[in-house]
Amino acid sequence: MARIIAGVGTSHTPAIGAAVDNGKTNEPYWQPLFKGYEPAKKWMAETKPDVVIMVYNDHVNAFDFKIIPTFALGCGEEFPIADEGWGARPVPAVKGHPELAAHLVQSLVLDEFDMTIVNEMQVDHGLTVPLTLLFGTPKAWPCRVIPLAVNVIQYPAPTGHRCYMLGQAIAKAVASWEEDLKVVIFGTGGMSHQIQGPRAGLVNAPFDQAFLDGLSRDPQRLAAIEPLEYLRDAGAEAIELVMWLIMRGALGERVKEVHRFYHVPASSTAVGNIILESA
Amino acid sequence: MTERKHKEAYEDIPGTWVFDAQRARKGYHLNEFLYSLMKAENRKAFLANEAEYTRKFKMTEEQRQAVLKREWNRLLELGGVSYALAKLAFTDGKSYQYMASQMTGVTEREYVDMMLKGGRSPEGWRSKSERQGKH
Repeated sequence: MARIIAGVGTSHTPAIGAAVDNGKTNEPYWQPLFKGYEPAKKWMAETKPDVVIMVYNDHVNAFDFKIIPTFALGCGEEFPIADEGWGARPVPAVKGHPELAAHLVQSLVLDEFDMTIVNEMQVDHGLTVPLTLLFGTPKAWPCRVIPLAVNVIQYPAPTGHRCYMLGQAIAKAVASWEEDLKVVIFGTGGMSHQIQGPRAGLVNAPFDQAFLDGLSRDPQRLAAIEPLEYLRDAGAEAIELVMWLIMRGALGERVKEVHRFYHVPASSTAVGNIILESA
Repeated sequence: MTERKHKEAYEDIPGTWVFDAQRARKGYHLNEFLYSLMKAENRKAFLANEAEYTRKFKMTEEQRQAVLKREWNRLLELGGVSYALAKLAFTDGKSYQYMASQMTGVTEREYVDMMLKGGRSPEGWRSKSERQGKH
């Protein structure tokens, strides 16, 4: 039987990927951040998942505005790396798990989550930066990756509550797959940040810390946070944090927090990382 | 909360243009232009003749002028979305932080320094009415 053994929450700031790609990880600006991710990388190297379900958002790369799916599941065999405007990141293409993805779609739609099925798409920094942070710079990614792209660009994004319930449905779907697979689910983006308008650069560390605490101890409280509260208190782009609730919803009631890291800044972003094992 | 009340509430956030469905509708052709800059050959064609290249897209004249003048906040107001606008900044060889500094009216160095000191505090930036009360 397949099962979700853990969840990883992490920011996916594009500048982090650029720092790795351009060999800047030891510069004073970046060194504390990459040092902070070392325990998570070590945990991942020991955990060796077979499949990662990557909850992330596309940033006007795979999807322009012709079609805006709220929840899009990548069902293809391979996902090429997008050129976002400065050339594609020099990272390996992402191999999917079409069989498990097809099963997820069937189970989720019957559970009343109407997923958009995407058989071909490019993936951007939202998906590749978390892979780089947790797996480093291998020649090929060591596991299969099922992308789950969430619209958080055009307002309103799905609510935190809806995301939490989707996570629960994903856990149920994975558990009904017969093949023995270790699955780790990622929730990415955030934490507090705003990259537009005169209020750009907003960071709310107390909000972020309370969010990390809530993931560990009181996810129901987080699932009840209104969209407006993210925008107002943690920045227009902090709405990305709803994606962490899909991850959290997939882990069941009780979890064991095995790692946490928080750092400001990476470019305009407050960076958070948490690892939660299913109890 | 009704949809209207909800909209009033997020429009009360200062220094922010929430990219909602109405703004997205107005910005559609502008954003499609920005999206085209994902391709290296389009970036080259745009830089070679910006006026001519932008005329290929059905954006309004107001939007087109704001592109040519790199009026970043105006572009947000007219329906541009920050991630698409970033492609224009990248085409110019600039960074996200450069674009953000232009939107906040400071130099890139000043913006980077603000971030290094922990970023902009939300205090005083939660609501327009709260800000007006302070003046």
